Amino acid sequence: MTDPTPALTPSQTVGPFLHLILPWPDGPDVVPPDAAGRIVISGRVLDGDGNGLADALVETWQADPDGHFAHPDDPRGTVASAVAGFRGFGRAATGPDGAYAIATVKPGGLPIGDGGMEAPHLDVSVFARGLLDRVVTRIYFDDEAAANAADPVLAALPDPERRGTLVAGAEPGGYRFDIRLQGDRETVFFDV
Amino acid sequence: MTGQRVNNRVAAPADAVGDRYVRPRGVHPRLDSPDYRSTRLRAPGQPLVPLPQRLTEITGPLFGTDRVTDSDADLTRQHDGEPLGQRIVVRGRVLDGDDRPVPHTLVEIWQANASGRYRHAMDNWPAPIDPNFSGGGRVVTGADGTYEFTTIQPGAYPWGNHPNAWRPAHIHFSLFGRAFTQRLVTQMYFPGDPLLPYDPIYQSTPEAARERLISRFDWDATRPDWALGFAFDIVLRGRAATPTEEPHDD
Repeated sequence: MTDPTPALTPSQTVGPFLHLILPWPDGPDVVPPDAAGRIVISGRVLDGDGNGLADALVETWQADPDGHFAHPDDPRGTVASAVAGFRGFGRAATGPDGAYAIATVKPGGLPIGDGGMEAPHLDVSVFARGLLDRVVTRIYFDDEAAANAADPVLAALPDPERRGTLVAGAEPGGYRFDIRLQGDRETVFFDV
Repeated sequence: MTGQRVNNRVAAPADAVGDRYVRPRGVHPRLDSPDYRSTRLRAPGQPLVPLPQRLTEITGPLFGTDRVTDSDADLTRQHDGEPLGQRIVVRGRVLDGDDRPVPHTLVEIWQANASGRYRHAMDNWPAPIDPNFSGGGRVVTGADGTYEFTTIQPGAYPWGNHPNAWRPAHIHFSLFGRAFTQRLVTQMYFPGDPLLPYDPIYQSTPEAARERLISRFDWDATRPDWALGFAFDIVLRGRAATPTEEPHDD
C-alpha cells in the first residue's frame, strides 16, 4: 500500500514552556461556574515511575447533556445547548504534582447510527514534554454501568481488563480520572 | 507497508469504514523515540487502540477572534519598549490534506527570545530575559486560511537531553482545525539551521516528512526597512477520499 497521507505537517512535542500562552484563565471551565449540574473531573497525569507530570496539558471535548454538539459537521444538525455558556472544550495545565481539573457537565450518550449508542464520554488529549504527539484517551463514568456495557468502543478494547482505565470514579462534586502514561495500569490510548 | 500505523504501533488495523478524516501514516514522530530522553518515562508502552471517528471525533471546538486581542499578533509590541533581536514576519496558510484552506481558526504560538531564553520559571539557563518580550501570541486565519504574525527571530538554547545538547531555533504552534481529529501541536524551524541534524526532537520525525517543519525565507513577506519574512504553511488532516453518507455510522 502506498502512503495515502498527503503532505501533512508532523506533530512535535508541546515542550515544557507551553504555559507562555496555552493555559487560559477560563480554560478549565467547560461550563460557567453557576451552571446547573456542574461537576468537576479531576485527577493526575502520571509517568512510568508514578510521578506526576508538572508540565502537561489536558484538553477535553464532549457533547452537552442532551448529546448535542454546536458544530456544523454534526450530521443531526446544529443544536444550541440547553446549558447556557456550554463550550464543550476544556483545557487545564497540570500543577506541580501532576493534578488537573476540568469543570463541566456530564455529556449525554451519542447515537452511532445502527440503533446503538456510545455511552457518555469525553475525548481527551494529553500534551507534554516527552510526548512527540498528543496522546488521546476517553473518560467514561462509573455510574453509567448499563450504558458503558453497551458502548462499542469499550466493547472493542483488545484487552477488556484495561477498560477500567477509561472509567472515572464518582466522588463528591464530580469524578476522579487519573491518566497513567506508562506502567502496569497504563491508560488505554487511542489511534484516532 | 500495510494498514498498520508505521510510526506508532496500533493494536490492530483501523477499520477505515466511516472515517471522516484520513489517518496519518508516516507523518508524526514515533511516541517511542528514546533519543529524546523525556519520552522514556512518558511514551505509552502499549499499542494504540483504533478509535472509530464518530460524533465526538468529527466535531471540535471552533475558536476564532473571540480568543484574540489586538496585541496578540505582534509579539514585538506587547510591552512599552521594543524587544532586542531580528524582527521577522511569519506568515502562511493553514490547509487541510485536500488543499482546502482552514478559515477562521485559532493559531497559538510561543517561543524563546532572541537570546534563546523563555520567559518561564522553569527556564533558568544563563541567557538574558528580555523585559520587552513575553514570547506568546495568537492569530486567527482569514477566510482563505492565511495567518501572519510579527515577532523576533528566536535563539537556540541548550537543554539537558544529552551532553552539549542544543535545540535549533523554533517557534511552537498550536492549531485546532475544525474537528477533534485535526488538533495539532508542532514546531516551526528555520532554513539552514546547522543544529537540525543533531536535534532528537526534529530527527524523531519520519524522514520523508521532516522538512515540512522548516519554514522558508520569503522575500514577499519581508518589510523594507523593518523585518525579514518567513513562510510556513501548516497542513492538517484532510477528509477521507470517499466520505460515507453517515460518517458516524460504522
